Amino acid sequence: MLVAPLALLYASLFVGRFAVSPGDVAHILLTHILPLARNPSAPAETIVMQIRLPRAIMGLFVGAGLAISGAAYQGMFRNPLVSTDILGVTAASGFGAALALLMSSSALQMQMLSFIFGLGGVALTYLIARVYRSTPGLMLVLSGVVVAAFFSALLSGAKYVADPESKLPAITYWLLGSLNGASLKGLVMTLPPITVGSIGLLLMSWRLNVLTMGDEEARSLGLRTEWLKGGIIVCTTLITAAAVSTCGMVGWVSLVIPHIGRMLVGPDHRLLLPASLSIGATFLLLIDDIARTATMGEIPLGILTAIFGAPFFAYLLRKTHGSWQ
Amino acid sequence: MAIASPLIEVRGAAFRYGGHTVFSAVDFDIFRGEVLTVLGPNGCGKSTLLRCIGGALSLAQGTARIDGVDVCSLDAGARARKLAFLFQRHMPSFPFPVLDVVTMGRTPHLSLFGAPSSVDRALAEEALAKVGMLHLKNRPYTALSGGELQLVLLARTLVQQPDVILLDEPTSHLDFKNQTVSLKTIGALAKEGVTMVMTTHDPNHAFLLPGRVLLMKPGGPILTGPASEIITDTTLTATYGLDITVFSTLRRNGSGELRYCSPW
Repeated sequence: MLVAPLALLYASLFVGRFAVSPGDVAHILLTHILPLARNPSAPAETIVMQIRLPRAIMGLFVGAGLAISGAAYQGMFRNPLVSTDILGVTAASGFGAALALLMSSSALQMQMLSFIFGLGGVALTYLIARVYRSTPGLMLVLSGVVVAAFFSALLSGAKYVADPESKLPAITYWLLGSLNGASLKGLVMTLPPITVGSIGLLLMSWRLNVLTMGDEEARSLGLRTEWLKGGIIVCTTLITAAAVSTCGMVGWVSLVIPHIGRMLVGPDHRLLLPASLSIGATFLLLIDDIARTATMGEIPLGILTAIFGAPFFAYLLRKTHGSWQ
Repeated sequence: MAIASPLIEVRGAAFRYGGHTVFSAVDFDIFRGEVLTVLGPNGCGKSTLLRCIGGALSLAQGTARIDGVDVCSLDAGARARKLAFLFQRHMPSFPFPVLDVVTMGRTPHLSLFGAPSSVDRALAEEALAKVGMLHLKNRPYTALSGGELQLVLLARTLVQQPDVILLDEPTSHLDFKNQTVSLKTIGALAKEGVTMVMTTHDPNHAFLLPGRVLLMKPGGPILTGPASEIITDTTLTATYGLDITVFSTLRRNGSGELRYCSPW
């Protein structure tokens, strides 16, 4: 489960428009681990260490995080058609980012504003859904629809008032998703929430199995379902808000990857969550490598995940007739 | 001589839904090793009463105590170690293997982030064997028939090692054969001394199980006692508003008398 993402991480460092041989990549990496002579001014050194490595690591973490969040939500909502967008995090984060672009903020400020809006959007969904000290799944889904619609409208408003020459293209491009903005500074902001959230979900994996029996049964089996659901929502929101604020709207990963995981290791979340981490990381990094090498320019990530994700999902649907076994 | 104290004591219990009183002034005891069949027409509050004993709903008045402790004061884990619940109907979601589903009954005995051990899985296999479903242990539980599923979920309540199992109309969605198989399994558990409270809408089920009967009539008094005393032409006719007769016949194998009732 670790081999595939790590091998791909290494491969991602030497593919690209600027040719660096695998041997050179190994040498550059080694000089940062061992006390060897370094050549920091060489273009290869800069490209590998400043551009490709942060971007590849970001790709691994974002892909892993989106996939494990999707798997956790599908379990919690007992529905394999759920993705991480369901509580409105993507729409709210998107509006936060658009707002930052309108105000000409720095990249880091934009990431922060987008992250905060993402957390706020989900908090709003949770508050609307809370009735009689419980949060029924249907209430959560419907509240998520409400919040997502509200922030989508605000986002459209932001696009409408944006300068069509400079700001509007920036917003549109950001919304399509890209790992282009990945930097070492960005990693410092993105990796901790994704790591913390993922560890939280992994710790809850057995209880997540029990939660798929339905709220009332899970309570009769001794689970405090409201605390567990709250914990899952906090973890997935940390992950998703961090991911969306870094690389925009990357759809399909959180929906499709858990299905692949379930086909490979079954529905037990103790295996499914780690499998989703690994497959999600590999998938997104692979897609990003295609995004930056397939053409002269760069293809937005959100386009590619859908172009590869949608037909694959259709194939799975046909093959399993919707039963996922 | 010391008198055994009841496992469950329900005193002055009342439940209201909106402005409507579902039941009121309900008193009864359940002793360890006993089976209580709760009988009554739809809407009389059988399932509600069972959920109040299980702590899933709170009584408007009165108390439900287990081992002298109010069930509502227990936290979810402690409650699940004392009371297990078998629901009327289960909607499966993901295709977990049967053994995993039964092992989920061990959850109240695990630590917060813990996962079941091989000991827990051995207990689950033992429980599956007891309900006669061990041969299905590796089957996805989404592929089971309704009857098999109820027996598997019954095994899960056994694995919880509770003081009492609460069964909410466990056979109401099953066909004739599976109803019989389920009731026989429940009867076998009763003989082993498992304490159970079961609701049912079919008075004939009460005749088939040992222990006492609690007859609920909407808005009327609650009757408790042995089935042969409680289930009579008069009480059934008054409870269901139909002209019902209780018959008695000899069992085919000659082992005593069989009672049944019919409105025809």
